[in-house]
Amino acid sequence: MALRMWASSTANALRISCASKTPAFALSRCFSSGTQLISFPLPIIIFCKLMVLDGLKYASSHEWVKHEGSVATVGITDHAQDHLGEVVFVELPETGASVKQGGGFGVVESVKATSDVNSPISGEVIEVNSKLTQTPGLVNSSPYEEGWLIKVKPSSPSDLESLMDPQAYTKFCEEENAAH
Amino acid sequence: MMIQQQGKKVGLPLMNLVRLNRTPILKQLHLEEKLLRKSSTNWCIINDGTDTPAIVMGISGKPSELLEIGSVLRDQVPVIKRFTGGGTVVVDKGTVFVTLICNKDDVPGVQPYPRSIMSWSGLLYNQVFKGIADFQLRENDYVFGNRKFGGNAQSITKNRWIHHTSFLWDYAEGNMAFLKQPARAPEYRM
Repeated sequence: MALRMWASSTANALRISCASKTPAFALSRCFSSGTQLISFPLPIIIFCKLMVLDGLKYASSHEWVKHEGSVATVGITDHAQDHLGEVVFVELPETGASVKQGGGFGVVESVKATSDVNSPISGEVIEVNSKLTQTPGLVNSSPYEEGWLIKVKPSSPSDLESLMDPQAYTKFCEEENAAH
Repeated sequence: MMIQQQGKKVGLPLMNLVRLNRTPILKQLHLEEKLLRKSSTNWCIINDGTDTPAIVMGISGKPSELLEIGSVLRDQVPVIKRFTGGGTVVVDKGTVFVTLICNKDDVPGVQPYPRSIMSWSGLLYNQVFKGIADFQLRENDYVFGNRKFGGNAQSITKNRWIHHTSFLWDYAEGNMAFLKQPARAPEYRM
């Protein structure tokens, strides 16, 4: 029962429906017989209830990047949004602005605090997520999908090589949590 | 350097202390943002009051939602938007400002996230106000009993963070009329 409720809230958080035509990954092994099968479009790693998606690269400052051809999408991770708390305001750059790997490009405000957001890659901002002006909470509810922050035209594809893969990022988060 | 390392070992950051008296709050905020972004050492800034009353809003504050605009304009009260989050406060000569600017690695056990920093500040001020009234960190406010007397706000960069507080040690009650009731209030005030 507890697992089914948890899986349901996870599916809601990822805005994933239970009926998927060609699931790339299924959590059938996690459930006892008779419970609902939840299918996800992307493989995921779950640790301590926080999500790390496969197919993305991660920065030590807890941003993710999804590189698809000439466009890279950037956001903050589930770990980051969970630690920040409810996001109430997002400040993003203008399209056309340059971003540098490791450099700040925006600000996320959660209750009482502003936090710099740093770009995992260098390039030119070609789109910003305008939905976040009215609905900043998308960063909490959908950090890897609807809560994306900027899209970048990468200037240096080799930037990705210095980022962590999902397994390395998962370990990084575990070590960071253990250190405190 | 050796003192700094020894301090780290016992979980205490070595702080540079700056004591100010009636420094204008705008000047103080300029100093704080510069130290946060350009300095690599830790700072504690204490300003005993600001020279003239002012309204200070968080980075996303909207004057139309938070202020009685007519009164503010009539009385020509300066309105300042700061670089940290948090709410709106009216400050004057009776306000005691305390700011902590730290390298994230110099405060072991404190993660560079709002709740962790807030909890640590609560422990610090518990010591400061020990034996005085009934001090608590309640939700995100500093209170005596259920009366808030200090708000606080933070800004977190890649490797550093700032936590600053305005304690309304004394205040002109009439100045509160410049502020509207916020749309969201902590549960303990309901």
